[in-house]
Amino acid sequence: MNLSSIAAFLNPVNLFSIRGGIHPETRKFLTAESAIEEMPLPKLLRIPLQQHIGAEAAALVKRGDRVLKGQLIGKARGPVSANIHSPTSGTVVAVGEFAAPHPSGLPVPTVTIRTDGLDEWGPRLPRLRPETASPAEIAAQVAEAGIVGMGGATFPSAIKLNLRDRYPLTTLIINAAECEPYLTCDDRLIREHAEEVADGAAIIAKALGVDEIIFAIESNKPQAAAAIAPFNHPLGLRLQVKVVPTQYPMGSEKHLVQMVTGKETPARALTAELGVVVHNAATAHAVHLAVRYGEPLISRLLTVSGRAISRPANLRVRIGTPVLDIINHCGGLTEDPERLLLGGPMMGQPIATQRVPIVKGTNGILALSASEARKEDMMPCIRCGTCVQACPCGLTPFEMNARIQSGDLDGAARVGLMDCVNCGCCSYVCPSNIPLVQGFAFARGKLAEKQSRKHQQEETKRLAAARIAREEAIAEKKRAAMAKRKAEMAAKKAAEAAAAQEAAK
Amino acid sequence: MTAPTVASGPHTHAVFNVTRTMVAVMICLTPATVFGFAQFGLPSVLLFAVTVLSALGFEIACLAVTGKPVSRFAMDGSALLTGWLVAMTLPPWAPWWVGVTGSGIAIVIAKHAFGGLGQNLFNPAMVARAMLLVALPVPLTSWVAPVGLAGGPDLMASVAITFGGAPIYDAVSSASVLSTLKSGLDAGTSMADILSQTDSLRSQFVGVMAGSLGETSAMLLLLGGVCLILLGIITVAIPVSMMGTLFGLAALAHVIAPDRFPPPLFHVVSGSAMLCAFFIATDYVTSPVTSKGRLIYGAGIGGLIFVIRSWGSFPEGVAFAVLLMNAATPLIDEYVRPRIFGRTRAGKPLELGEKP
Ligand code: SF4
Ligand code: SF4
Repeated sequence: MNLSSIAAFLNPVNLFSIRGGIHPETRKFLTAESAIEEMPLPKLLRIPLQQHIGAEAAALVKRGDRVLKGQLIGKARGPVSANIHSPTSGTVVAVGEFAAPHPSGLPVPTVTIRTDGLDEWGPRLPRLRPETASPAEIAAQVAEAGIVGMGGATFPSAIKLNLRDRYPLTTLIINAAECEPYLTCDDRLIREHAEEVADGAAIIAKALGVDEIIFAIESNKPQAAAAIAPFNHPLGLRLQVKVVPTQYPMGSEKHLVQMVTGKETPARALTAELGVVVHNAATAHAVHLAVRYGEPLISRLLTVSGRAISRPANLRVRIGTPVLDIINHCGGLTEDPERLLLGGPMMGQPIATQRVPIVKGTNGILALSASEARKEDMMPCIRCGTCVQACPCGLTPFEMNARIQSGDLDGAARVGLMDCVNCGCCSYVCPSNIPLVQGFAFARGKLAEKQSRKHQQEETKRLAAARIAREEAIAEKKRAAMAKRKAEMAAKKAAEAAAAQEAAK
Repeated sequence: MTAPTVASGPHTHAVFNVTRTMVAVMICLTPATVFGFAQFGLPSVLLFAVTVLSALGFEIACLAVTGKPVSRFAMDGSALLTGWLVAMTLPPWAPWWVGVTGSGIAIVIAKHAFGGLGQNLFNPAMVARAMLLVALPVPLTSWVAPVGLAGGPDLMASVAITFGGAPIYDAVSSASVLSTLKSGLDAGTSMADILSQTDSLRSQFVGVMAGSLGETSAMLLLLGGVCLILLGIITVAIPVSMMGTLFGLAALAHVIAPDRFPPPLFHVVSGSAMLCAFFIATDYVTSPVTSKGRLIYGAGIGGLIFVIRSWGSFPEGVAFAVLLMNAATPLIDEYVRPRIFGRTRAGKPLELGEKP
């Protein structure tokens, strides 16, 4: 029996299907057989205080402070935010602004730590026994550990764990699709640490109060599917492996839910409304470490790949390690890359300089050669409809693009601009190399701006109207008071006059 | 409005681009074209060369006049392909100026007057064919019998035929299958007699018969079409719905009145039907973009071909059928849209648990 037939055997349950999607060359072979290695500590760590969706964390350290591994250095601020911990021991050499790991490269608040090589642990979080811990305790521990969605979304995980309060949940799906080409770090993680990942999944399930766990893996990772399969009763819950087709964007949350459960999430709703919550496999592993060992999220796995990298690898890297150090660890670049990216080739973000650090959501560093990027001149749209066939959301990208190009943003929104998930399938297949999704992201930004401006104007108008009404009310009151006084005065006068008359009589 | 292009993914791309797509289509057209050369001899080669080269010439001129980047756009292969398709539909021994006029109509009027690549409403090759058929009925219906490369005229004679206006000697002049059918029916000949005058279905399928330069061999066109589908350049929707409708209507008519209507396979293998199904009706620019839209569009073409062939005044109806459905394409695309994820067909968000 070969591995893929084992994978099919593991998956006796019927699957559903999703619309569209593409089958890019996965090029996972570059790193699929590279076992996880520990990246040595770099000299400097640059830790941005915002590595998640939501408000940036507040710095708790200042220049010159000595910090220990695992020490809280940034505290979550507000309801949507995440804690940040020191990845190793060392000295804070700066708390200031540094280039963000983002195409803009704009400076963001960053704590820079000079590592001392001792890697000395500070006090860890108290360990929890998931068997007996309450959901609220687990969620609090996950929040304390600063865990965010590690598939790249970086939404603070604890908030997703608290969804049980608001929705009747039934199912946890662990997203191990890893549908982005090149990336193999989730694959390796599951192959090498299957039991821990399964345990982490079960802990999440406990916190959510669900007893069904579905582990969704793409069919091109039969070893990972086989590795996780024996751990089918973590913490006494039922864990079921479902092998889903290798098809991008299988890892898109709503599409994965549709693939696995057949349920389609309504537009603008959460999958939780269907009773389903999706967490990433790497997040499950981080939850395992946080709950069982009290370790905060201070390192992560990532894939370093692309033809321009000398030695593609899967590494465990401390958060804040500069990209340059990682590339050097992998033997440096073999050529000037056409694209240097954080993340996968479909949705990853190019970086301006190699000095930027990796963050909690970075699942890959790719240096793509020109032959991989296939950058070509743009041609006019030939209405081939390939983008329409490829769009997993049922949109008409060529039409949205035409409307955006002619300045008709509202028209583009009418044909579905706001339902686009930014997967990039349309741009990938377009024979005319039209930057479709790139334009959509831009147009959505514009539209949001316009709407917020409109909203602002309306708000101003409303406020102004309210003020006028208030002023009028006050004036009215004054007038009324005046009139009353006048009436009183008149009455008084009349009474006085009457009294005087009386007296005169 | 221009967007920053590098800021977001994807940072890689599928193999196919416009040029590669056009080249792949041309490669898939090659077997049927070479078969045409072998069958109709050197004059057909000369006509093909003149038509294709003049298409390229018109393209360059139009690009230059409209101020578009000539070197990039002229080499995208679309003009070559248009010229190629025009040549495929011409009688193989037509004089050079027929080819040049056809290319001119296709490139200048049907393509660039509408705004160039991707902007045209009508299929350029079919516009050329329809206009030529109406304007120049004689050269457009002067068919020749298959003579073979060796048995055909030599180079000098071929040059005289294509460029010198030498008359086609009677020995090889012939009628196409569809015109035989039409004139036979008009003259009241019985269907059995007509069918005995035309080539057998098998030789029609293989393509040894009089007809347009590249349309005779249904077999090789089918082969090329299947390759296009396997390469993912076209989808099965249009060929299947077009051929299915043509076959279905023809079968129905044949069952009802076998004396007036030829057997359904006759329609499928004769004339331009096969070329149309895979190479003409599937033209990206002028056909709908959704699968459902394509089914409607293909069925429309199939139905119209049958109607025009059976009751129209021309023996062949492919060009008119395609043009009529081209005109319907914007309407089809407006009304036949894919359903957006998470929404009903009407565009409202789904209710929880609602099946779309
Ligand atoms: S990026 Fe948007 S429009 Fe393009 S394929 Fe993905 S969902 Fe569809
Ligand atoms: S894939 Fe590109 S060329 Fe084809 S219809 Fe879409 S935008 Fe136009």
